[in-house]
Amino acid sequence: MLDVDIEDLSKYFGSFCAVDRMTFGVKHGEVFGLLGPNGAGKSTLIRMLTTLVVPTSGHARVNGFDVAREADGVRKSIGVIPQAMTSDLDLTAIENMTIFAKLYGLSPQRRKAAIHELLQAVDLLDWGDKPVKTFSGGMRRRLEIARGLVHEPRIFILDEPTTGLDPVSRVAVWEMLDRLRRERDLTVMLSTHYMDEADKLCDRIAIVDHGKLVALDSPLKLKTSIPGTNSVEVSFSSLPADWQRTLAALPEVASVKVDEGVFRLSTNNGPRTVVALLDAVHAAGISIASLSVQSTTLDDVFVHYTGRQLRDAAHRANPAESRFIIRR
Amino acid sequence: MHRLLAIIERDLRRFKANPALVVMSMAMPLLQLIILGYAFGGQIRHLEIGVVDQDGHVPAAKLSAMLRAVAANARTYDTVPYMDEGQALADLRNGRINGVVTIPPNFSRDLLAGKSPTVALIEDNTDQFSSSALAGSMSALLGAYNGNGVPPRMTANVSLSIVEVYPYVPYIQYLLPGTIVLAIFVSAMMGGGIMYIDDKARGLHEGYLVTPVTKLELIMGFNLAGTIKAFISGSVLVTIGSVIAGIPDPFSIARLAHMLALVVLTALALISMMFLIMVRIDDPVVPRAIFGVLNTLLYFPSGAVYPTSAFPEWMRVLSFVDPFTYAVHAFKSLVLKNTGFAAIGTDILFLGLFTVLAMAAATLLFKRTL
Repeated sequence: MLDVDIEDLSKYFGSFCAVDRMTFGVKHGEVFGLLGPNGAGKSTLIRMLTTLVVPTSGHARVNGFDVAREADGVRKSIGVIPQAMTSDLDLTAIENMTIFAKLYGLSPQRRKAAIHELLQAVDLLDWGDKPVKTFSGGMRRRLEIARGLVHEPRIFILDEPTTGLDPVSRVAVWEMLDRLRRERDLTVMLSTHYMDEADKLCDRIAIVDHGKLVALDSPLKLKTSIPGTNSVEVSFSSLPADWQRTLAALPEVASVKVDEGVFRLSTNNGPRTVVALLDAVHAAGISIASLSVQSTTLDDVFVHYTGRQLRDAAHRANPAESRFIIRR
Repeated sequence: MHRLLAIIERDLRRFKANPALVVMSMAMPLLQLIILGYAFGGQIRHLEIGVVDQDGHVPAAKLSAMLRAVAANARTYDTVPYMDEGQALADLRNGRINGVVTIPPNFSRDLLAGKSPTVALIEDNTDQFSSSALAGSMSALLGAYNGNGVPPRMTANVSLSIVEVYPYVPYIQYLLPGTIVLAIFVSAMMGGGIMYIDDKARGLHEGYLVTPVTKLELIMGFNLAGTIKAFISGSVLVTIGSVIAGIPDPFSIARLAHMLALVVLTALALISMMFLIMVRIDDPVVPRAIFGVLNTLLYFPSGAVYPTSAFPEWMRVLSFVDPFTYAVHAFKSLVLKNTGFAAIGTDILFLGLFTVLAMAAATLLFKRTL
């Protein structure tokens, strides 16, 4: 049985389609990532899976429970970290966790043991009696991870868990999630718009754009599924006639895409292509304005499947994701 | 200059983007003008006066007829005939009527014998505005009665003896019941309104909604927590407020028990009302914007600061549906008259029904999804 099983799942807000007939499954024990820009429909999908939003059509089962008809079974099976920081600032870490342990009906003995164990796991044991308002963003996120696991869920769902955190805190959260998943035999499903996060953490990634599932595989397979092993990004002082065709004819170049004056060359041999590129530029009598060479990234994968870069994808307001939320 | 204009533009754009704020900021002063303008100093009307005619002869009947005629025209009071003075006084103490006019057994005989009989006005003096209006009206009526003479062509000389049922009630004591209800309302507004919507906007409720907590548990949890907080505020006013206002014997166990029970019921009613108002609101500006409006709409028409009998008809309708009115009336009975629950049955019934209806409507409207 799949831990998360989605079939033809859609969500409309009026005439706006936030999630468009998505179908995929998440196996037990894997870390599954939803990668896409803001407004792609990731949060709406997660909110449907966590029973916060009712699907318009299609089916989704979480731990075997239908999200629309067996919401209580779903809620007992999952631990959820919403996108907004939802800890109560005026309460201490232990008080926050106790409230949630009670909401899940843990006995006092189990509650006490679970809170102690989890605070230790997220390295906040010494901060248990301190009000959450004295915590940094990273500490609060770690506390929320601990809080989400207090009832020992089978499936852990995180909506953009590291958004707003500094790089050091992000890495700390990654390491913590990886350790907790192994120790607790968790299935983890997370959404992110950080390519490095998806690449580092996830066993499989679903690339989502405009509410549609555009690609799904392991990070490695996604990267090898597109032409070329290197990516050359280059812009020029001026553009001679038929320049894109000239670039496409350079050695080892598999494809050329252009976006706002920046050419992206997928190549099987970055250094060889760059040497030939320099010769071509010299021969054309123009100069290079910027140049970068890198291994294929998930951003290249995103460009390949959607025609635009993930980091530049325009934010499109999604009614479900643009509700009035004060970020803390 | 551009920077200054930019700051002004930004503030005005935010103001424009918040229709609730725009409406409330314009409606609030107008509302205050109308409500406060009519809440103070109007002519008191429709006080209930029990008339006990223990004489039954023509001069007494003429006095009763004059009482009814004035009631029909000036409408300061309405008359309620009683056969039994004891029953009339019991109803006076229970707040069903505002005063009792007793025409004594030998009224006609004394009058015809040229003596100066006395008519007694026993009045509920816990509301000084009403009791003064009543005494003034009665004195004027007896003046007219004496001037008109009685058959057969004799000059009457009837005097009025005013008896106040309760010790003198200073205005601070008169204000205390309304202040207790106001304290409960402010707590309900802070906890059930402002903090509730702030938590919702910050996403705290999203954290609850993904747990197995049921809709009913959520609603009851929010409401009972609000009631407990409002109870604490109300209790402080009931105890410390009573001492400050100089209420006689403020810690009488029976009165305190009655008042604390009423604090619970009032808190439940006001929290339920607040939850109903806020159940579909997401914007944190809204509860702040409507705070003042609700305060004006609920507090002043309730009779907390001036008797409802002086209000124009439209405002009496407002006060009829206002839960404050019943809570204030009930606290007045307990604080100023120490009546117990018997005299406030209607108030308890209204507040109870109001709570049930508001809670039921809020439950129907509450969404367990985003």
